[in-house]
Amino acid sequence: MQNSSRNGIYLDYSATTPVAPEVFEAMQPYFTATFGNASSTHGFGRDAAAALDEAHTVVGCAIGARASEITFTGCGTESDNLALRGVAFAARKNGRGNHLISSQIEHHAVEGTVHQLHDLFGFDITMLPVDGCGRVDPADVRRAIRPDTILVSVMLGNNEVGTMQAVSEIGRVCREGGVLFHTDAVQCPAYMPIDVNELNVDLLALSSHKFYGPKGSGVLYMRDGTPYIPVLTGGGHERGRRPGTVSVANAVGTAAALKYVSGQRNEQAARLSQLRDRLIAGVLANAPDARVSGHPTDRMPHHASFVFKGIDGETLQMALDVEGIAVSTGSACTSGNPEPSPVLLAMGIPAEWALGGLRITLGYHTTQEEIDTVIATLPRCVEQVRKVALEFA
Amino acid sequence: MTVTGKKVRVVVAMSGGVDSSVAAALLVQQGYEVIGIMLRLWAEEGNNTYGAPNSNRCCAPEAVADARAIAQGLGIPFYDIHAESIFKQRVVDPWIDAYADAVTPNPCFNCNRSIRFGFLMQRALAIGAEFLATGHYARVEHTPGEPGALSAPYRLLKGLDAKKDQSYVLHVLGQRDLARAMFPCGRFTKPEVRELARRFGLPTAERAESQDLCFLTQGDYRGFLARQAPDIAQPGPILTASGAEIGTHDGLPHYTVGQRKGLNISPHSASSEPLYVLKLDPAHNALIVGPASQLGEREAFVRAMHYCSDATPTEPIRCTAKVRYKAKEADCTLTPLPDGGARVVFDEPQRDATPGQGLVAYDGDAVIGGGLIARQR
Repeated sequence: MQNSSRNGIYLDYSATTPVAPEVFEAMQPYFTATFGNASSTHGFGRDAAAALDEAHTVVGCAIGARASEITFTGCGTESDNLALRGVAFAARKNGRGNHLISSQIEHHAVEGTVHQLHDLFGFDITMLPVDGCGRVDPADVRRAIRPDTILVSVMLGNNEVGTMQAVSEIGRVCREGGVLFHTDAVQCPAYMPIDVNELNVDLLALSSHKFYGPKGSGVLYMRDGTPYIPVLTGGGHERGRRPGTVSVANAVGTAAALKYVSGQRNEQAARLSQLRDRLIAGVLANAPDARVSGHPTDRMPHHASFVFKGIDGETLQMALDVEGIAVSTGSACTSGNPEPSPVLLAMGIPAEWALGGLRITLGYHTTQEEIDTVIATLPRCVEQVRKVALEFA
Repeated sequence: MTVTGKKVRVVVAMSGGVDSSVAAALLVQQGYEVIGIMLRLWAEEGNNTYGAPNSNRCCAPEAVADARAIAQGLGIPFYDIHAESIFKQRVVDPWIDAYADAVTPNPCFNCNRSIRFGFLMQRALAIGAEFLATGHYARVEHTPGEPGALSAPYRLLKGLDAKKDQSYVLHVLGQRDLARAMFPCGRFTKPEVRELARRFGLPTAERAESQDLCFLTQGDYRGFLARQAPDIAQPGPILTASGAEIGTHDGLPHYTVGQRKGLNISPHSASSEPLYVLKLDPAHNALIVGPASQLGEREAFVRAMHYCSDATPTEPIRCTAKVRYKAKEADCTLTPLPDGGARVVFDEPQRDATPGQGLVAYDGDAVIGGGLIARQR
């Protein structure tokens, strides 16, 4: 990995990406030279405010939205939280319904928020099932919508298994049903264009560090006119939607990162999907009892995910790290022992396979040589983990 | 140190404490390829509903940060891996069950057998390690020779620091475990280990020892049992050895043999001399008490005797044994029983031989083996 302080092969781009040099450069003036608070009236503030306004415009343009529909937040998780809570609380205040719909394969940022809205705030929730590839059926969304439904949230590209959801179609269903639609699009912008109108979404969450921007920085798109109550209370920053002094550097970095990825993502997507397919073919050919999890073709171009019968992904991930290959299990392991991933179980993958989730996500700096090293190493690690498991069975 | 030019890979079980940190540093110094792993163990307090972590003392967030910092300083990989549910299932639940059965358990045995040398050993080997090292004060001696009850290729020896020796809690290990175990601190005394920590520049050099069970997050075990298993403590009679009822106890799990404090004896029947718990009688939910003179047994039975050599002796053995971690070793004769148990007859009565605690037998510095003391044969 170029410029990294650590040697080794980085294949965890869905966890995070390095800030692109041009993004870093664009951000730098806003730490020291142009340091003002964008809410201040004086010249120092105005300089910052101008840069922040420009960032709203650039980000809006990049996703087919107006500047006024863009809110800078602290991370993708925050964007999801603000979207779901802000809309739910507004509906509560206006007496406009009490029912939320989501799916069984959402990121914790959505899943945890929906469950808390149920547990502590008394909202009814429906968590839609998925098929064996991890896809929500838009017909299920249609059936789940009730007169008191206020919001549907289904993610665009799944972080764990890579599957793309039929978001545009689900959005159409929501519009026909008169309910708001939110999507967590955090995993996607580096690999595909995002257009809120094509996707038929009212709310959408992004996270800058997933597309070569800074960490601690997220975006919430909210269609103008969406009923919303701010979750944080405080000043009038970000049109009152997200009080708290905005990091102009992060906002500028986010805008620069979207420019950076839009210039090359089609080309990169084509290159990476080829490398990804090479990786999948190589692993399946050399490791017995291995399967791809998620959709075989309709998946994010940089994303490969596997399950291995009888072995847990966490151990496999450590074994690979020790060999200098950084990958992920694809899910935040919360309970251990090792327990099957809820997402894999929701897809109907048997428990003895669902322990073995392993996610390998490629990025702009990934080379074929790196992929070939993984193809040579991973099957060996799988064999070693299985051999030891036999002794401890 | 090197086999076919490659460094030998060792996993160190790290806790963030001084012993395991020094163990890791020593192995790095000796030229091994060292990998630190910390296990996240179950603890009662807190909940995980919205991602808030539990906090077992062995792996509280500060301990994880300490261990990670030490690993980073040593330039070794570090992983903290979740073992909460297996720890609950293999260590905490049996520990609660033992109290329900009116014996006094030691959870460290199951932890060493199933968690450290089970769950963790499996992961160590799976990532290509040849050894698992811990910060225990004990030693492994490898002398290729005739396998037998008292001699075996791998012998578990006491740590050189008699005060810190932890071979007692490791008696559950067998040849396969010992062949893959390393205890780098066992050759040193605790003060020497602290000095080494200072010399290695490890930030945990001055850290205090933890004494209580790692999964008790607040107060003593009685409160824990009351919260986790409220039904197992039922009030019942306190009886003398001759059967006279002299008070009421608040549940057998709250008592252990030899205990003097916390006995609720009716004032009018209080004897002139102090009374101690002699026995827990779960069949009658009765606590049997008596004066110190009635405490102590020469004979103890172990139901399932484990031998570190993996070989059961055919003849009675003259050896020493201790009946608690902090008990003194005493001379005894250990007779293996056909059912896999053992009868141990001490030369002098042992005051604290308590059902549920471990009896561990020694041949000099070497651990012969051990097992849980049974209520009766």
